[in-house]
Formats: sequence, structure tokens, C-alpha cells
Amino acid sequence: MAVKVNPEECIGCTACVSACPFGAIVMEDGKALITDACTACGACIDVCPVGAIHREVEEKNVSMNKDEFKGVWVYIEQVGGQARNVGYELLNEGRKLADAMGQELAGILIGDNVDQLTKEVFARGADTIYLVEGKEFSHYSTDAYTITLTDLIHTYKPAVILMGATNDGRDLGPRVAGRVGTGLTADCTNLGIDPATGLVAWTRPAFGGNIMATILCPDHRPQMGTIRPNVFKRSAPDYSRTGEIIRVDSKVKMTDIRTKLLEIIREGVASANLEEAEIIVSGGRGLSKPESFALIEELAEVLGGAVGASRAVVDAGWKPALYQVGQTGKTVGPKVYFACGISGAIQHVAGMSSSDIVIAINKDPEAPIFKIANYGIVGDVMEVIPALIDEIKKVKTAG
Amino acid sequence: MDIVVCVKQVPDTTEVKIDPETNTLIRQGVPSIVNPFDKNAVEAALQLREKYGGKVTILSMGPLQSKEALKECLAMGADEAILLSDRAFGGSDTLATSHALAAGLRKMGKVDIILCGKQAIDGDTAQVGPEIAEHLGIAQVTYVSKITAVDEQVIRVEREHEEGYEVIEAQMPVLLTVVKSINEPRYPTVKGTMKANRKEIPIWTVDDVEVDRDALGLKGSPTQVRRIFTPERRVQGEIMQADTAREAAALLVKRLVDVKII
Repeated sequence: MAVKVNPEECIGCTACVSACPFGAIVMEDGKALITDACTACGACIDVCPVGAIHREVEEKNVSMNKDEFKGVWVYIEQVGGQARNVGYELLNEGRKLADAMGQELAGILIGDNVDQLTKEVFARGADTIYLVEGKEFSHYSTDAYTITLTDLIHTYKPAVILMGATNDGRDLGPRVAGRVGTGLTADCTNLGIDPATGLVAWTRPAFGGNIMATILCPDHRPQMGTIRPNVFKRSAPDYSRTGEIIRVDSKVKMTDIRTKLLEIIREGVASANLEEAEIIVSGGRGLSKPESFALIEELAEVLGGAVGASRAVVDAGWKPALYQVGQTGKTVGPKVYFACGISGAIQHVAGMSSSDIVIAINKDPEAPIFKIANYGIVGDVMEVIPALIDEIKKVKTAG
Repeated sequence: MDIVVCVKQVPDTTEVKIDPETNTLIRQGVPSIVNPFDKNAVEAALQLREKYGGKVTILSMGPLQSKEALKECLAMGADEAILLSDRAFGGSDTLATSHALAAGLRKMGKVDIILCGKQAIDGDTAQVGPEIAEHLGIAQVTYVSKITAVDEQVIRVEREHEEGYEVIEAQMPVLLTVVKSINEPRYPTVKGTMKANRKEIPIWTVDDVEVDRDALGLKGSPTQVRRIFTPERRVQGEIMQADTAREAAALLVKRLVDVKII
């Protein structure tokens, strides 16, 4: 569906040129011209004051019978038999989509000895569980999991698949979408149903979090997306819920797996907890020197929270990349997020804006972080944090 | 060893600002750069060549101005660079892009290692790498933070994971996507830049590669952008009004006790 300008109608106002997020419109002979960089997002159509820009409907050669595909699937990612929270978060959100579509919600469980998770998956909202078990799934591998998920898709034909945008989810998702030949929207932060088409409307940040894009997958099935951990909440489990478990045999041969996991090296506990933490204390450039990061660690410790870092701090080598919160780092959604000496660049905010309460400490009262903070202190982090640690300790010992 | 690095020219999104009046992106004056993670991939390729010998080729898909990005990679020390550029590729989503790049890679013949940055900073999808590996039918390892050993059959790498690192051995040929911590990309030397300026960068159009045209461009893109908008920001909260840091801290702690955080 290419977007075209009708030169007869174009008045040369250039409104579309500045509205185009991709810089794909240029002026030629006083008329707007859409270049190859166009992604057909339609931002220009909305701003054109004379309606000179329109979408051209193009024939697609898609042989898929879309009506055969039914149901919303949630991929339940597990590590060593422990489900990651994101699967349960997506069951809660997937339930809403499935109800709106009048279809059923299924959980996809692939692993070794994972049937003990079925009770929890039902309790979190699934009607059905597709269960594939075997030794070949004891650790995640691209090949074994791709073969299995693709096989389930071909056999049971879901309309929608939701996956967590974790490292493994973002490894598996594109591989499966590529094999099935369907659309995958990465790293979504919001989901809904597009009222005009009934399709899933996948919303995600782009351009470093500067803009949001809502994406549809009209002609291919399943509609697939990876969704960031911590942007949706889990529902309270209802253990009276049960459903049908469909056991499917593994089609994976050991020779299909071209990677071998030799060893897992775990980092410190703090980093491991970042995505599941209820309290996070993050430090930024305002700390001025790497040694000052100890203050962040101390504050996190008295609060019983995890430690995070801004990109500036990671780029400067004060902290390993595992601690980075933001668009290119981790997405977190704790109950409380302390941003200490972090200006609040849009790239950082993209990784923590779903936190329940944001507390900002920065000496610049104009820092953008204060715009999204629930509580703020304008002051030098080097003075404020030690005072804060003292005050918290006082309250804790008194309580 | 034949190594190909897939790179993308992107607007420097850290320089992109929103016009508060129109709520649209201000692109004027925003420089076009080599996607930063792709530079890490180029550096990783150069280090592999230094250790094991062979050839490093850069492959990109994009408009003709992407040649600038390819020149920068040549100036860093890559041997060759090829640009896939054609109207037929315009408007591609990740799947259509991966089909075009995979077609380019097939035309190159024998490739041992394909390197990509973990994601591009304009789209942030991290999907094109795995989709290329799928079309070529080869193994992949994503989020690679270290390449420790390579021989003709296997490559040993460390992969970044939520809880730490995994040590993985993958069969060759392989596609790796790399994270920033893998290395510090070198700067182009003056000599390298001069050499790069003299170097011919072949342009491959859709007619130069074997590919199903229906898999390319807008036509081959299953996903469509429906709407673009600027994210909403939260309303202003409360700034602790106090004369000293200690008073401000005490006030904040009181608020946190009130809302039962402490």
C-alpha cells in the first residue's frame, strides 16, 4: 500500500515534509515528492491540509486463508523449569485480546519437565495449554525451539502469538516469523484491537523512544509480536481455573541443534534481579566519578532494591552493560524507581516509564526526568543520597 | 575466512528532537551515521581477520547515500563493500529487508561468518539478523559479547543473557549479532580514509540478485505502520521544597512512608 502525492492537488506547503518521521519526503518543483525511504506509515496523509496525499491499494499475492487461524497464544518462556514473569503478564493482556476477538487463549509451554507449570498457566488465564516436553529443551536453543513452535503454528494455526521481548524471545521470534513468513512487531509496549479492521494493533517505541508507532499485520497469520517485560501487570492467580492440556510430541532430532550450551556464567545478584525487582536505584552521569557509584549501591541495599545505570555510565565503563536501563538496555517496571543524577533522556525514559513511582534526584531543576517524576529533589546527588540513606535507616530502626 | 558484516545507515537518534508545537520529529541537522552496534560488528570482523586471516566484506541495503556509511567501514579497514540499492527495496519491513540481504549474501558465495549489530538504533527491532540466518538456513547466536575461538567447524562465543552470560559453541557457517561490550570500534586512519575514497563500491540492484520480487519492498512486508505519534508524558509530580539536602531527604522519606514504600 504505497503512499502517493497527487501533484495536481499539492499546494507546496511542506507540512508533510516536516511531519514525515523517516525524512522520506522532499520538495521538487514546489511539489512534495515521496522517496524510497517511505515506509507507508501515513503520517503525511493526516497532516496534508488539502488531502493531496493518499494510499494506493496494491494487490498482494498472499495465498493464506486467514479465517483458518484462530486463537491467541502466549509463549511461556521458562528457564530451568521456572517461568519468567513476562509470560504471566502476557496471559493477562492476551486474555483481553482473546475476549475482544471472541476466541480462546492458549499458553505454549516448551521445555524439559515443565508440566508442573500448567496449573499456574491456567490460573493466570489460559483456556488451553500446548505442552511439548523433552530433554532437547532443557536449555533454550534457537533450533529446537524454532522447529517446535513452527510445528505448533502449522498444526494448530493461531491468529495471534505474544512473546516476551527477552533475549531468548527476541532470538526465537524473528527466526519463527522468518520460517512461517509472517509479520513480527518487536518490543511492543502497548496492545489493542484496531477498531476498523479487528486486527491486533501493536504499539512500540522507535527512533530511540522519540516516537511511537502502531503497527498492523493485515494479510499474514499468525500476527506475531514480542512485548517488553514489565509493561503489563500479572493478574491475581485463580487456582480454580482449569483447561485442556494438549501434549504434542517433539519433532526435534538432536542433530537439528547446531548450537551447544557449554556453560552459564551468572553475574552478581543485583543485575539478575533488575527486571523482576520491586525497587530499583539507578545512577547516572551526575555522580561525576565511578567511585561515587558505591552510594547508589548503598541506597539500593538499605531499600532492599536492585542497582541500575544510565547509558552514560555504562558507556564510560563504570558499570557493565547488564545494568543498563533504557531503550538499548533493559526495560524495567518496578514499584519504585530512583533516578539519581540521571537527566532523563528519552532513551532512558523508554526503559523505565512503566515504573509505578519515579523519584528523581538531580541538581538541574530543568532536567527532563522531573517531568515524569512523582517525587523530586533538586540537589547534588553526592549530598542528597547520604542524607537519604541516613533518613531511611532512622525510619527503619524506629519502625 | 570469509566474513560479511551487514550494516545500516541510520539517523543519529540521540540527536533527534521533537518539535513541541507540531509534535513531530525534527530531522534537520540530524547526522546520518553507521549504526553504532554495526560498528562493533565491523570491529569484531577486523579482529577475526587479524587473528585468522581472510577477507571482510560489508553489505548494506539502502538509498545511494548509504555509500557514505560503507566508506566509513572501508576506512576502518574492511576489504570490500557492496550496496543493495533499488526502488524495489524501498519501504521494506524487517522480513522484506532480510530477504534482500539474504539474496545479496547468496550471490557472494562462500561465507563463513556473518556479523550484525544487535539492533539498529532507529528501528530497534533486532529482527533482521535472525531472519537472514533463517533464509540462509544457518545457525545463529544473538547478543554475542565475546568471540573466544574459531575453527573450520565451530565457533565459540559468549552470549549476553538476562542473568549473565552463556558460553555457546555454534556450527559454522554462522550468523552472530553483537552487543556493544564486545569491543571498542577503531577509528578510521587517514590512510584508511584515503584508500576508502578510492575504492569502488558496487551497487547491486534487484536485477543483480536472485530473489522473489514479491518478497521485497512494501509488497513483501507483512507489517504496516498504521499510525505514528509522540509518546505521552506524565504530569508533573512534587518537588521537595527544603533549604538543605538533609531536609529535602527527610521530607521525601516522610512521603515514602505515607505511601507505604518504606
